[in-house]
Amino acid sequence: MLDEALEAYVATAREVGNASSLHASGRRARRRVEESREQVAAVLGARPSEVIFTGGGTESDNLAVKGIFWARRGAGPDRRRVVSSAVEHHAVLDAVDWLAQHEGAEVGWLPVDAAGRLDPQVLRAELTAHADRVAVVTAMWANNEVGTVQPVAELAAVAAEHGVPFHTDAIQAVGQVPVDFAASGVSALTITGHKLGGPTGVGALLLARDVAATPLLHGGGQERDIRSGTLDTAGIVAFAVAVERAVKGQQEYAARVAALRDDLVERVRQAVPEVIYNGAPTDRLPGNAHFSFPGCEGDALLLLLDAQGIACSTGSACSAGVAQPSHVLLAMGADDDRARSSLRFSLGHTSTQADVDALIAALPAAVDRARRAAALRTPR
Amino acid sequence: MRVLAAMSGGVDSAVAAARAVAAGHDVTGVHLALARNPQTYRTGARGCCTLEDSRDARRAADVIGIPFYVWDMADRFHEDVVDDFVAEYAAGRTPNPCLRCNEKIKFAAVLDRAVALGFDAVVTGHHARLGADGLLRRSVDLAKDQSYVLAVLTREQLDRSIFPLGDLTKAQVRAEAAERGLAVADKPDSHDICFIADGDTRGFLAGRLGEAPGDVVDASTGAVVGSHSGAYAYTVGQRRGLHLDRPAPDGRPRYVLSITPKTNTVTVGPAEALDVSDVRAVRPVWTGGARPDAPVECEVQLRAHGDVVPATVALDGDQLHAELRRPVRGVAAGQALVAYRPDPAGDVVLGSATITG
Repeated sequence: MLDEALEAYVATAREVGNASSLHASGRRARRRVEESREQVAAVLGARPSEVIFTGGGTESDNLAVKGIFWARRGAGPDRRRVVSSAVEHHAVLDAVDWLAQHEGAEVGWLPVDAAGRLDPQVLRAELTAHADRVAVVTAMWANNEVGTVQPVAELAAVAAEHGVPFHTDAIQAVGQVPVDFAASGVSALTITGHKLGGPTGVGALLLARDVAATPLLHGGGQERDIRSGTLDTAGIVAFAVAVERAVKGQQEYAARVAALRDDLVERVRQAVPEVIYNGAPTDRLPGNAHFSFPGCEGDALLLLLDAQGIACSTGSACSAGVAQPSHVLLAMGADDDRARSSLRFSLGHTSTQADVDALIAALPAAVDRARRAAALRTPR
Repeated sequence: MRVLAAMSGGVDSAVAAARAVAAGHDVTGVHLALARNPQTYRTGARGCCTLEDSRDARRAADVIGIPFYVWDMADRFHEDVVDDFVAEYAAGRTPNPCLRCNEKIKFAAVLDRAVALGFDAVVTGHHARLGADGLLRRSVDLAKDQSYVLAVLTREQLDRSIFPLGDLTKAQVRAEAAERGLAVADKPDSHDICFIADGDTRGFLAGRLGEAPGDVVDASTGAVVGSHSGAYAYTVGQRRGLHLDRPAPDGRPRYVLSITPKTNTVTVGPAEALDVSDVRAVRPVWTGGARPDAPVECEVQLRAHGDVVPATVALDGDQLHAELRRPVRGVAAGQALVAYRPDPAGDVVLGSATITG
């Protein structure tokens, strides 16, 4: 957590009461929550009433996808179609799948190109064919694995032409690229605290005033009657501090980290010439470098680099911890082997040139070893 | 040394990993995902490779303070162990899947990958001793001794193996786990075959091989005395579950003497017809010293947890021949013959081979 966010958290947690209570300490808490709401709204181009605090990104995504689906279907029973890109985070993918399995939703999975980009023309074709049946469109602002930034404003405009609400998961985007809720034209936008130096377990859904959503959680109706639960005042205050810092520092941060990333990419390519740089070359998160290392298994490379103190990520793992080929890479047209040979290096606030140097120093030997290990898969 | 600890999620492998750290090794923990569809919860003491086991292994690695990863060995395991298990039964033999797993997975696929990734050795929680002399010996805990299922390992494999538990009894392992704060200290022992979660081997084989009805024939008369729904479900020496139509003429119990897949026949006979004093085996491995040119006086064990008998063992190319000092009842093809040299410091594994008859 950012120092400022942590200090705000501790100070608030020490002093305040329940923001729903009417007595003095409750009012104080309420005030902190509302100030935080205004703070988040101001830096993200939203109105305060459009900020719904939640328990984090997964809840915000579920609330948007399921909540808007239910509300729209409630208003028009034919609206049962959910449109989603094939490269969404599991918080969206699995929510969509759940609607298909349990709520009779039909799903239009939209393909992406080799860079992981969703072409607005693909969405247009989908909506031209099915607009009157579509309950909600969801497409992430920026991909968490390969870093590709989607043309969100164009996509939202296409959805608006057809009168369909458009949700975007912007968890990866805030603080990394410019994000303005009103200017983007989206109907709903997910953010979360821990990706931008705030606390874990606090997030928000920005939801336009004219978009209805049926609640996931029922109870006191604390957040616009769309989300219930006693508000985590300290967490919300710290979250707002982190959001403000991230957005205000975005430009400077992005310039510094992108330069570091570009250096990393260039040197990885020199060190391992056959490497494949995945994702969009320019419309990309500044801190993201994602590669496939042909002939290697990503989890072997991860083990070897981890032993050298270098943290990186493969795609996702199943609940037993077995590495799975990334659905994002597969959707981009990679085969199983290439998907399994992939590794992501993420740069952030604390990353330095020395980190890049250390990676480049360790990488060739690690790739060599991983390749030898992978060759053993061939039946003897 | 840089060593890879195979961690099943059980108490033995957790303590083995902790002991490897205490011995000064640079240890990395790995859980092998062997099941293609891991079940969420273990049932009783049966089975392994569940989500719970994976989590237990990870927690043990946390407590020990070592890096931890999950390696997906499901495909290799299915090809080399499960499919082999089914094929062996179909061929009328009685395989030992734990032995096969050691031979093909833990000390082959896993060890090879570990070596390729720069590790020097693999550490496991097997109950067996492997000292500086390079000799594999029985565990001090004879009830838990696993040298039989390790005897298939070659010199090269043993040279890259570490078994830190051989000088501990199971009770001591549990006590040490508790001392080290490992939550798996009182986790039940796993037994049976890990990929047959309900313990119903016959049902498992029937599911894979289908029903194949055939005759049960009495060896002494040649008469058909019953029927079976698949010869693969029988093991030499088996008495129960024969469901014979009529008692034998001599009125004595009948045992499975042999299985003939070609004619899908199970042959039964009286107990003494099971007596074997002459055992032939193939693909010998010899690690208890130089491979002998002359016959060797030793003891042999012919099945897991089976009795040992004095014998003379001779090697000839890819063949092994054992003359037993006293007959043994029910020697099943497919099991391992393991030769031991009695030793006060722990009986030494000399070698092993796969029994053919």
